[in-house]
Amino acid sequence: MTKSIEVKDLTLNFGSVSVLKNMNIDVQEGEFVVLLGPSGCGKSTLLNCLAGLLDITEGQIWIKGKNVTWSEPSARGIGMVFQSYALYPQMTVRGNLSFGLKNQRMPKDEIDRRVARASEILQIGPLLDRKPGALSGGQRQRVAIGRALVRDVDVFLFDEPLSNLDAKLRSELRVEIKRLHSKLNNTMVYVTHDQIEALTLADRIAVMKGGVIQQLSDPQTIYNKPSNLFVAGFIGSPSMNFLHGKTVDGGKAFHFGDHKIDLAGYDGGAVLERDQAILGVRPEHITVSHDAPAGPSIPAVVEIDEHLGADSLLWLKAGTKELCVRVPVEGRLPAGTKVHLGLDIAKASLFDNKTEQRI
Amino acid sequence: MGGDPENRTLKLLKVGAARDLGGPFSALYSRGERMSGQPKRLLRNLNAKIAAIPMVLTTLVVFVGGTIWTVVYSFTDSKLLPRLRWVGFDQYERLWSNSRWMVSIENLMFFGVLSLVFTISVGFLLAVLMDQKIRYEDTFRTIMLYPFALSFIVTGLVWQWILNPQFGIEGIVRGWGWESFSFDPLNNPQTVLYGLLIAGLWQGTGFVMCLMLAGLRGIDEDIWKAARVDGIATWKTYLVVIVPMMRPVFITTLVIVAAGIIKLYDLVVAQTSGGPGGNASQVPAMYVYDYMFQAQNLGQGFAASTMMLLSVLIVLIPWAYLEFGGKKHG
Repeated sequence: MTKSIEVKDLTLNFGSVSVLKNMNIDVQEGEFVVLLGPSGCGKSTLLNCLAGLLDITEGQIWIKGKNVTWSEPSARGIGMVFQSYALYPQMTVRGNLSFGLKNQRMPKDEIDRRVARASEILQIGPLLDRKPGALSGGQRQRVAIGRALVRDVDVFLFDEPLSNLDAKLRSELRVEIKRLHSKLNNTMVYVTHDQIEALTLADRIAVMKGGVIQQLSDPQTIYNKPSNLFVAGFIGSPSMNFLHGKTVDGGKAFHFGDHKIDLAGYDGGAVLERDQAILGVRPEHITVSHDAPAGPSIPAVVEIDEHLGADSLLWLKAGTKELCVRVPVEGRLPAGTKVHLGLDIAKASLFDNKTEQRI
Repeated sequence: MGGDPENRTLKLLKVGAARDLGGPFSALYSRGERMSGQPKRLLRNLNAKIAAIPMVLTTLVVFVGGTIWTVVYSFTDSKLLPRLRWVGFDQYERLWSNSRWMVSIENLMFFGVLSLVFTISVGFLLAVLMDQKIRYEDTFRTIMLYPFALSFIVTGLVWQWILNPQFGIEGIVRGWGWESFSFDPLNNPQTVLYGLLIAGLWQGTGFVMCLMLAGLRGIDEDIWKAARVDGIATWKTYLVVIVPMMRPVFITTLVIVAAGIIKLYDLVVAQTSGGPGGNASQVPAMYVYDYMFQAQNLGQGFAASTMMLLSVLIVLIPWAYLEFGGKKHG
């Protein structure tokens, strides 16, 4: 596979404020990369830099083996889709799709061919002579995708394209974008703050915070082996449970309160003995039982039982520590029920308290 | 800012005007909508309705009543005092055969067309320049808007001095040693209207710029990004995408500026008193005032002001049509 986008040592400063810090990303051809992070993490800014809508301070951007660091957006071979659709309101859908091409003085039959192809792929044929104002949000976003499609480019950039849609349409269009990607096999870079979108769409996810990429990896790795405390807390809903304690016995066990948790089977680096460490366990990797199991376990008291349909969320208190556990629905547990918790150490993550990195 | 473009006309004039163009509009429109919203429930919001009665009465008596009264008496031969002796269209016939009135109308057309074209185009151009993320934008905006804060009388006097051959530009340039320099637009019947135009533009463009700037700021930034990705040149984006999107702002501006032009009076009085040569810069409002209060010929003045009302309506009706006729698209 060849590289489609290469970002080399990209730095962006607004005055004295550093927005993006020394970024390096390679995106392979046909890859779907999602930039994920809380608002203000610089994910949209990075996308605008890729598109050429923002001039970068340092570094280089290569697209398809060409240095486009100082090229105009239209010369970079990209198509872009925006959160607010950004359709030209006074033009029909056909006008919106063909405006850019006409401006390049492309022959008319070529324009017609591309518009017809885009409208077939996106099923917007019946809408071609309507104006954006007469379309629903989902239709508008389809047209916006079409406008990127007719440019016949290798790289698609999506800037939170589904954030303005309601939940149902969002999941529909999400599937459609996924389908579009498998059909066209273009490189796609997709910005979102929605982790479901990221986990479902991405070949690789770049989790960002404070203008720095925290982890760039496939969704499974991001979810199961978050590289640091931020990624662990950001991905997953409800959030991972964090137990503050220390490792003892040469790193063979984790001491939390009065409880000793055996770390045998931990999937990570050498644990060693640490005065302070954080054990992160996802809600679905904790088991709940009424009777104390044979091995070491943590006693806890049920506070709230949230029924979600497919499963339940138990909010518990172990000593002073609040925990959340996802359990299958099998009879509800009233508040005050005493239970015992068992942790699946093989799927847990241990973090160094100081560096916040995964051990 | 969503919705189809036809409907956006309405929205921007109603809601957008409130948000983009400042306070007075918002009060006006929100009250209007609330009052027309539930016509059958008379007792709802009783306090508000009682509070509105004086204003409603004032509007009815002063504006509507006064207008009707004026139109009615324009068909009489009232002289110093109004009297109901009907003369049919005599006053209008006399009006349209009066050379001073004809000059006034010609002047107004000439001044009006140039003034409209230039205030709107220069105002838009200034707004575009201001929209380039420049430094000290607030300062520039204040400077541009300052003339609008001055009354037409002050504007007229200032420009009378600036254009005065002894104290103004001509005097200064001659003082530098260019003895034959001549710049005296106000004393030449051929150029006097341009002298008025300069003062009018100086006064009005800042305001138009502010309206336009508000309109430009209301445009979604993603539109600009999309146009850049499409490779549309900046000037073309303005012309083909942004200006059509700002149609409601242009219509609002057009109505405000045009209504101001028809009312033009004090600027002329302060700058030229209708001269030179007696009536080279006469405008209809001066004609009305002179016949009503100087020549003591009320009937003639009423007829002239009725004609002015007619011209205001000619400006307003297309706007009202766009405003209310657009509903069928919604």
